[in-house]
Amino acid sequence: MLNLACLVPIFPLIGSIINGFFGLRIGKNAVGMVACGSVALSFLTVLLMFASLLFTPAEERMFEQVLFTWMAAGDFSVDFGFQIDPLSMVMMLVVTGVGFLIHVYSIGYMHEEYSYYRYFAYLNLFMFSMLLLVMGNNFLVMFIGWEGVGVCSYFLIGYYFEKKSACDAGVKAFVVNRVGDFAFLLAIMYIFNIFGTIDFSDVMHMAPEKLIFGAEPVTIITLLLFIGATGKSAQIPLYTWLPDAMEGPTPVSALIHAATMVTAGVYMVVRCSVLFEMAPLIMLTVAFIGGATALMAATIGMTQYDIKRVLAYSTVSQIGYMFLACGVGAYTAAIFHLVTHAFFKACLFLGSGSVIHGIHGEQDMRKMGGLKEHQPITYITFLISTFAIAGIFPLSGFFSKDEILYHALMDGNIILWGMGATGALLTAFYMFRLVFMTFWGESRVDPHVHPHESPKVMTLPLMILAGLATVGGLLGIPLVHGWHALHNWLEPVLHFDLAATLEHSRHMLHAQGEHPASWAHLLIETEHNVWVEIALMLLSLGIAITGIVGAYFCYVKNPDLPGKFIKGQWGYELVKNKYGVDELYDATIVKPTVVGSFFLWKTADQKGIDGGVNAVANVIGWFSVQARVFQSGFVRNYALFMVMGFLVLLILMF
Amino acid sequence: MFLTFLTFLPLIGAMGLALIPKEKEETIKQVAVAVAAADFLLSLQLYAGFDMTTHLMQFEYNIAWIPAFGTNYHVGIDGISLLLYIMTTFLTLICIIASWNVKKRIKEYMIAMLALSTGMLGVFIALDMFLFYVFWEFQLVPMYLLIGIWGGPRRIYAAIKFFLYTAVGSLLMLVAIIWMYFEVQQQTGILTTDLMYITENLNIGLDAQKWLFLAFFLAFAIKVPMFPFHTWLPDAHVEAPTAGSVILAGVLLKMGTYGFLRFNLPLFPFASNVFMDYIAWMAIIGIVYGALVAMVQEDLKKLVAYSSVSHLGFVMLGIFAFNHYGLQGALLQNINHGISTSALFLLVGMIYDRRHTRLIKEFGGLAKILPIYTICFMIITLSSIGLPGTNGFVGEFLVLLGIFQANGTMAMVATSGVIFAACYMLWMFQRVMFLKLDNPENEKLEDMNSRELLTMVPLIILVFWIGFYPKPFMKTFEPTVAHLMTRVSPDNFRPKKHDDSNEHHAAAVDKHEKGSSHSEKPKAENHH
Repeated sequence: MLNLACLVPIFPLIGSIINGFFGLRIGKNAVGMVACGSVALSFLTVLLMFASLLFTPAEERMFEQVLFTWMAAGDFSVDFGFQIDPLSMVMMLVVTGVGFLIHVYSIGYMHEEYSYYRYFAYLNLFMFSMLLLVMGNNFLVMFIGWEGVGVCSYFLIGYYFEKKSACDAGVKAFVVNRVGDFAFLLAIMYIFNIFGTIDFSDVMHMAPEKLIFGAEPVTIITLLLFIGATGKSAQIPLYTWLPDAMEGPTPVSALIHAATMVTAGVYMVVRCSVLFEMAPLIMLTVAFIGGATALMAATIGMTQYDIKRVLAYSTVSQIGYMFLACGVGAYTAAIFHLVTHAFFKACLFLGSGSVIHGIHGEQDMRKMGGLKEHQPITYITFLISTFAIAGIFPLSGFFSKDEILYHALMDGNIILWGMGATGALLTAFYMFRLVFMTFWGESRVDPHVHPHESPKVMTLPLMILAGLATVGGLLGIPLVHGWHALHNWLEPVLHFDLAATLEHSRHMLHAQGEHPASWAHLLIETEHNVWVEIALMLLSLGIAITGIVGAYFCYVKNPDLPGKFIKGQWGYELVKNKYGVDELYDATIVKPTVVGSFFLWKTADQKGIDGGVNAVANVIGWFSVQARVFQSGFVRNYALFMVMGFLVLLILMF
Repeated sequence: MFLTFLTFLPLIGAMGLALIPKEKEETIKQVAVAVAAADFLLSLQLYAGFDMTTHLMQFEYNIAWIPAFGTNYHVGIDGISLLLYIMTTFLTLICIIASWNVKKRIKEYMIAMLALSTGMLGVFIALDMFLFYVFWEFQLVPMYLLIGIWGGPRRIYAAIKFFLYTAVGSLLMLVAIIWMYFEVQQQTGILTTDLMYITENLNIGLDAQKWLFLAFFLAFAIKVPMFPFHTWLPDAHVEAPTAGSVILAGVLLKMGTYGFLRFNLPLFPFASNVFMDYIAWMAIIGIVYGALVAMVQEDLKKLVAYSSVSHLGFVMLGIFAFNHYGLQGALLQNINHGISTSALFLLVGMIYDRRHTRLIKEFGGLAKILPIYTICFMIITLSSIGLPGTNGFVGEFLVLLGIFQANGTMAMVATSGVIFAACYMLWMFQRVMFLKLDNPENEKLEDMNSRELLTMVPLIILVFWIGFYPKPFMKTFEPTVAHLMTRVSPDNFRPKKHDDSNEHHAAAVDKHEKGSSHSEKPKAENHH
């Protein structure tokens, strides 16, 4: 069953080709059928593979399928191959499952569009790339997907290409991503330099033997990998593209900029967990960047009025949590949160799309309000997902976020936990601010617009996703170790023997004549403390409820309060303007590059180099003109020169 | 003999064209296409019959030409030249199809194209230095005419600049060739200009190697063009007709990189190693500089021209990484650039035919009315950016992998080129294709016709073919690169205490004992 792997990405590719080339001819219904059908086929194939993987003994759940040798030069050789193991299986299920729902939803959402076919061709192409990303058995196949999703994201952000802001956002997304890709590429080259291969399983297998714990090579490699991840997953300092990416159609935001693509960085870090485990310095960096991003994005989310931008900052923030988990070594928690986040955030985005659809394209929350009567299904599903993201028991977000916070405290430190907990408070606050401003209170909708509920093809995916957001927490039941299904499932992939690695590193250092620092403290296992976990759960539940009550107080009870509070506050303005980071990048990087390039072109190239070339030509030309005097054509002049030359010769000879 | 036939077939065709009265334009065009197509199809036979297990010259033909000087007509093909040769016949065919609408002096135009083809093909097969020089100079003439007669408003300036630049560069090469001619006579007593013989038997001291290297370097660096010898290129491209630009980018620039691989590296391995760092840095400057300058161009053709400077920087960098990955990457990138940039020039030419302008600001929103054109342009743009899955990535990655083995810092700076490439290409694409269609002159544009598609589709197929399955292309390089490596690998020139150098390099080390005993040791950095 597992050798069906190659079919999984091929279905959407075929769908994309059909829609791309014949979409205009076969009509809208057929386009929708082809697009959704191809993804459905992928999903079914993945389910079959999942079943077969499930019935394989845990330690044998690793399957590689090599299609052909992609490139080879000397001793460098990369296969085009897939790797099916529990980790990639989780991702494949999420990508095809959530992807399918969003495809279905898109049929309704995009129905009025003229270039319907173009949209679905891109969307299918995205599925293809994303599946390559999660299924690749080496860094380069992953990199095809990695850049492929970036390009599809560029296409889809710029889908409304007549809007300048949409085009700019697309280019910005791609270029910022490329900055990350630049680091990722260097990491791949460095990995090849050390290991002589870029195959995931080989590299992870050899890493404890070839690398020294905490030494320079592994630190640089993981740093570069992490920079790559910050680009794709919108973390500090490369997060600025994601909020702008909301220019794309809303289902795209749900699929690409919430559920799947932006979590690719997390997947990559988990995939390379062995390397990260060997670089404690970078682990700490990952944790702090994740925590800081979670906190910072949450603060910005509190101040935005565009419904999609709030959700975008929320996504940045939630991915921050995932990196926080990675940074403290809680990879299962990171993947757990990735999965639950895919459910509730996809639902939230699609819900916001339903709202926008229902009020004819309005995205400003100040022009919404009171929509719960008009859009009951959207409201209920949205509310469920909001409870989930806020972390209310027993919805999925509660379990995954708590697991992260628990590990942040136990395996990390109190500062990391504090960042996460504060972020949770803000999350609950801004998400309910969004709910209250959109669905509750007086209607502020343009009176000419009559809000309506979306068609079934849109609400059905919402309901399914809300259902998943509700029960998703069952994947990782806390407290009792054996009940954590996701943990047991991922265990074979994430297995890492720290003691043996340290032992090996010590030997290598001895061989080089150096003495390693004591690593004994690293081997102390933190006991799983049930009571601490319960206490933390109660605490974070309290935090979430505080946030909700706070939002209720500010946006339902006293709607005037926030306006009075923020008036004239420079701090508020700063946050509302996203801390001015965009302006800072513009002033320090973009502008100087453009101005510098103009200087290079106009001054260095045209005046300097080409000026020099032309000057040489002119000098030669000048001499030629001077020499022309001698070629006057008058015989008497030539005779004069002859005599003069003769005289000179005579003088020189004697 | 087959190779000779293939090479001179276009010239024979050109002579045939001369006999056709110039009023019969259709006949002229048909004959030209037929000749080019025949030449291309027959040249595929070279691939079929090519033995990919040896580095030796194949389809070799060697007869005395001017016995008094020891000059032979010696031609042959190996892994370095095979694909370049086929690409030349291929692009000639594409260009002739693309030139269907040339109005002015169509007969002379086609004659020039076909003659140019013979000149270029000759450069890639000549194994006698004198013969090489003859072809090298010969192909200048039709190209000069193409720019000077069928070019844009400043065509005379551009044509003369192109001609003089190249000619000046190749003069020093001629001097170097003559020097070697006498040197080999002194050393072996044989009067010959045979490249293969000289490469194997001439022993050149370090100082002489350096001077000779520089002489050849100037000729080829101008042709490539490497920064800072590149300023003829934007002018030539802007003024040249579409087909001229395609040939210029697709083939003529490759003669420079080919020259490095055929002459500089094998003949002067020691000097190559001495200059390695400098040239690699020049290439890297070219990569970044070309990309930055391309970003702010206002004319589409100039933008593509500067992007060529950047891309060719990658090729040069791969060559001067002096390892398998780099060299293979460079050879592939040579081909890739020929495909992507040719396609870009064709696309720019199509829009120029319709609007008679190439200024970016004149366009915008074309995606709305030209869907097919937009798809083609998009694919080629992505290939030029080096997106994985397209041809550009495979070459670029191998080049970067190669230079990373040699020097991490260089790799880092060079890799930043991928960011800039995305900037200038996507920004250009946005301004031309996206945004609102607000220029009324663009509203009535027609999408690509079937003839134009015919020129574009093969290139697009190649983009993905090389992107996903480059093996059929790359395996032609393998033995030749391996052989070249035994000559120029930096391991040969390291101080002996490095015991990790491979055994098969030992012979080469002995051979260059004379050179390496000099006080000045080449610096070969190695990050492990």
